[in-house]
Amino acid sequence: MSENPDHFRFVSTDRRVREDRRFVVGKGNFVADIDVANTRHVALVTCPYPAAAIKSIDKSAALAMPGVHYVLDGRELAEATLPLMTGLDTPNVPRRPLALDVARYAGEWVAAVVADTRALAEDAAETVKVVYEKLPFVLDAEQALQAGSVLVHEAHGSNVLLDKTFVWGAVDKDFADSPRHLSLRVKWGRSSTVPIETFGVVASWDPWREILDVWASIQMPRYADQIGIALKIPVSSVRVHYDVDVGGSYGVKRGIKHTVLVGYLTRRLGFPVRLIEDRLENMRGGDAHGPERLFNVDVAFDDSGVIRSMKMRALENVGAYAGRSPFQLGKPVGAIVGPYKIQSVQYRAMAVVTNKTTQEAVRGFGQSPTNVAIERTIDEVAHTLGLDPIEVRRRNMIRHEEFPYTIPSGTTYDSGDYHTVIDKVLAHTSYEDLKKERDRLRSAGKLAGIGIAACLEPSGGNAMFEALINPKITTTTFMDSCRITVDGLGSITATMHTTSSGQGHETLVSTVIGEVLQVNPDSIRVTRPDSLNSLPSGTPVGSRMAIMLGGAAFHAANKLKTKLTAIATHDLGIPLERAIYANGEVYDRNAPQDRRTWADLVQIAHRNFHRMPSDMEPGLAVSHVMQVPTGGKLPTADGRVQMYPCTSFEFHLILVTIDPDLGTPEIVCYRIGHDCGTVINPKIVRGMTMGGIAHGIGAALYEEFAYDGEGQLMAQSFMDYLLPSSHEVPPVEIIHHVTPSPNTVLGQKGSGESGYLGAPAAVANAINDALRPLGISTNTLPIKVSVLGDMIAAARANKGH
Amino acid sequence: MRIELNVNGAVHELEVEPRTTLLDCLRDQLALTGAHAGCEHGVCGACTVLFDGVAVRACLMFAVQAQGTPITTIEGVTPGPGELSPIQDAFCETHGMQCGYCTPAMILVAHALLANNPDPTREDIVEAISGNICRCTGYAQIVEAFALAAERLRGANRPSELRK
Repeated sequence: MSENPDHFRFVSTDRRVREDRRFVVGKGNFVADIDVANTRHVALVTCPYPAAAIKSIDKSAALAMPGVHYVLDGRELAEATLPLMTGLDTPNVPRRPLALDVARYAGEWVAAVVADTRALAEDAAETVKVVYEKLPFVLDAEQALQAGSVLVHEAHGSNVLLDKTFVWGAVDKDFADSPRHLSLRVKWGRSSTVPIETFGVVASWDPWREILDVWASIQMPRYADQIGIALKIPVSSVRVHYDVDVGGSYGVKRGIKHTVLVGYLTRRLGFPVRLIEDRLENMRGGDAHGPERLFNVDVAFDDSGVIRSMKMRALENVGAYAGRSPFQLGKPVGAIVGPYKIQSVQYRAMAVVTNKTTQEAVRGFGQSPTNVAIERTIDEVAHTLGLDPIEVRRRNMIRHEEFPYTIPSGTTYDSGDYHTVIDKVLAHTSYEDLKKERDRLRSAGKLAGIGIAACLEPSGGNAMFEALINPKITTTTFMDSCRITVDGLGSITATMHTTSSGQGHETLVSTVIGEVLQVNPDSIRVTRPDSLNSLPSGTPVGSRMAIMLGGAAFHAANKLKTKLTAIATHDLGIPLERAIYANGEVYDRNAPQDRRTWADLVQIAHRNFHRMPSDMEPGLAVSHVMQVPTGGKLPTADGRVQMYPCTSFEFHLILVTIDPDLGTPEIVCYRIGHDCGTVINPKIVRGMTMGGIAHGIGAALYEEFAYDGEGQLMAQSFMDYLLPSSHEVPPVEIIHHVTPSPNTVLGQKGSGESGYLGAPAAVANAINDALRPLGISTNTLPIKVSVLGDMIAAARANKGH
Repeated sequence: MRIELNVNGAVHELEVEPRTTLLDCLRDQLALTGAHAGCEHGVCGACTVLFDGVAVRACLMFAVQAQGTPITTIEGVTPGPGELSPIQDAFCETHGMQCGYCTPAMILVAHALLANNPDPTREDIVEAISGNICRCTGYAQIVEAFALAAERLRGANRPSELRK
């Protein structure tokens, strides 16, 4: 396959994204737009302390207010529902929507008020009197690890949720045999994806039909299952509406606690109940924080910069309860050596609870922090040896001819051509010229640095990290599905079975089916049945939908094509080998004038059963449930696992200046080489990559859920939590390369996390390159202006400037 | 209290609380749901509407304050059922969005900018959208949508033989 394969008619062509039409006119179907009659609204009473026992809750003043219907506390809810699913084997760390007896972080929900309007519910929430007894708390992960630390969950007996060490290969021997060692400590600060739409959910229970209707701004695997389990109702009584447009997620829209809360309330109260987070609820008690991770990395290498072995300890501060966070230490196992041929690895994954907000899944599922740790280390290896950082990367990288390549942790990388991608970027932007520009800026009095990052995006989302982290989990499939029907007049309708949050899945499905059936994708309707009418979907996590939903659509379309061809050959009376399918018609290779048109075939399938092959179902309805390519095997006893089926590659090359007086960084040049295999829609892939870079710049420089020493979240609004604006995101040039995956139907790989997986590493490396002349460095992200300014001032003072 | 709002060329008599924001009033009472709540403290810009042609944040204004001034929402710049304005079409052409949540606001900002500056530079566009946060796109395809719309609108105002 080449960059613009001539055998693709629609795939890889610059087609519009069909979802866009409804968004540009303000007709998206967001959860706050859904108007269910008689809906009442929830506001929350939250704990002001990082840890406190709840001694009493006085609801009387709130309940006396006209228009207030109910005040729900944690005790009532806990008695009626099961704790939320965590996937960990930690029964004494239960997670519930409302705190039960003890609140464990500032902002944790203690009670929920239901009223006629949201404003009234907020008014009433202020009148709920909760008596607390303040308890000791712990915020820092390393402190939480120490013997004698305050325990966040007494009954668990420690703060450790996970402590697992994997050794893949002869780590000790490789370290002993290597002439050089280097250690680095890297901290990834607590940030998240922070979508512009907060999480929201509307739930409505119909006690006669016994159906719980749920409309939510959700991106979550097994959402309906988790609702049914927690509320103790059959999953067949839960109807999640997948036609809700999600206003951004990037992993984090996992409002299961919100959903169980309103699900219980609508069942208890008999009317629809809605909870739309305000921004404070979203940032503080919405349980939507991302990784806060401390790395200790040791590498063993030789004088040429070839790294033989790595030891990595990753300590995750998950907050007060286990969301998906501990598993985010597991996914990076599938790309633990990045694009490099490191022969042996020791990886210790540790997760501790503290009195901070609970984490959920964030874009990359823990891979971006891990990539920062790897890429910072590679740069330090190069610096130690006085070698060029790109050259060191080239020497360590897997070569094109070595694929498929199995890394020590057991995952086989599908394909890649890393050296060529780097060559293409450097052919586009001269590295020598960039270095000259950096040096010119330096001699003009600026601090300037070049940042490089070469990172992988594991894609095709499989849930194998679950079985790796918790051996009691034996799940080896993570399906996605597509159903195609052709109606009696010949129109094509395809289904997908999840919500989307901007990834253009309807465009994906129609493009792939159009490609296979050789019909205009714009003529194909794509619908989203509700969860009771759906086939299995693992949902859009782990950069999987191009591979999995695209794959399911491809296979379903081929089944349809096969059926159409069989009907035609039977009706034409020719052997199958002579049948040619083209543009929705089938003709006889030997007599092209003998053909059955699309209309003919629809007529036969829908109305002329007497013309059908004898063993064939009437009608034109096909479906395909797809297993993840390369999936299906449990991890080995020593923790080797085939994690995801595909690995996309990105190479970042950037130039950053820092104002030496203010500490303000500015990215003055940004180039990225990107290879995600066959691109299905170039507009979508470009947008994902650009958005990921912007998000990565935020994580590297601006965004942090910072806490003060008293356990109060300091970033409670967008005045404190700084999202990159158009001023902070520089123009970016993307240099494309296509190395098709052998594991997917069209050669495609994932791109939903692209940019984000390398941008923080590139920025961190650029800042450190800029600081190097001052003899200082920083490995704590985000690298905020204030910290940079102080560091630079201190270093200059020491140098006698 | 009783107020009159002039929205998208129509006058509506409404009963609102004094504390009701313009955003909540537009969404809850007039069912104009194209304006979105993002932060509700004036930073993200998702609630942007045009206030006498100027892009303002509907979350930072009470409905009562909007009396007597024409307000335009995304619904008011859409030409008709199934039709797109040149600016809306330009956003589709460049895919200047992903999730669509900030999009109506961005388009209204484009209307406000291009009404006064038919040939904006990249810096003009970046400045115009700097109060509107997009978490999906990294802004590149939004900036391109503005530029494309400007180019097309400039062309539309010239005799056909002079168009590119």
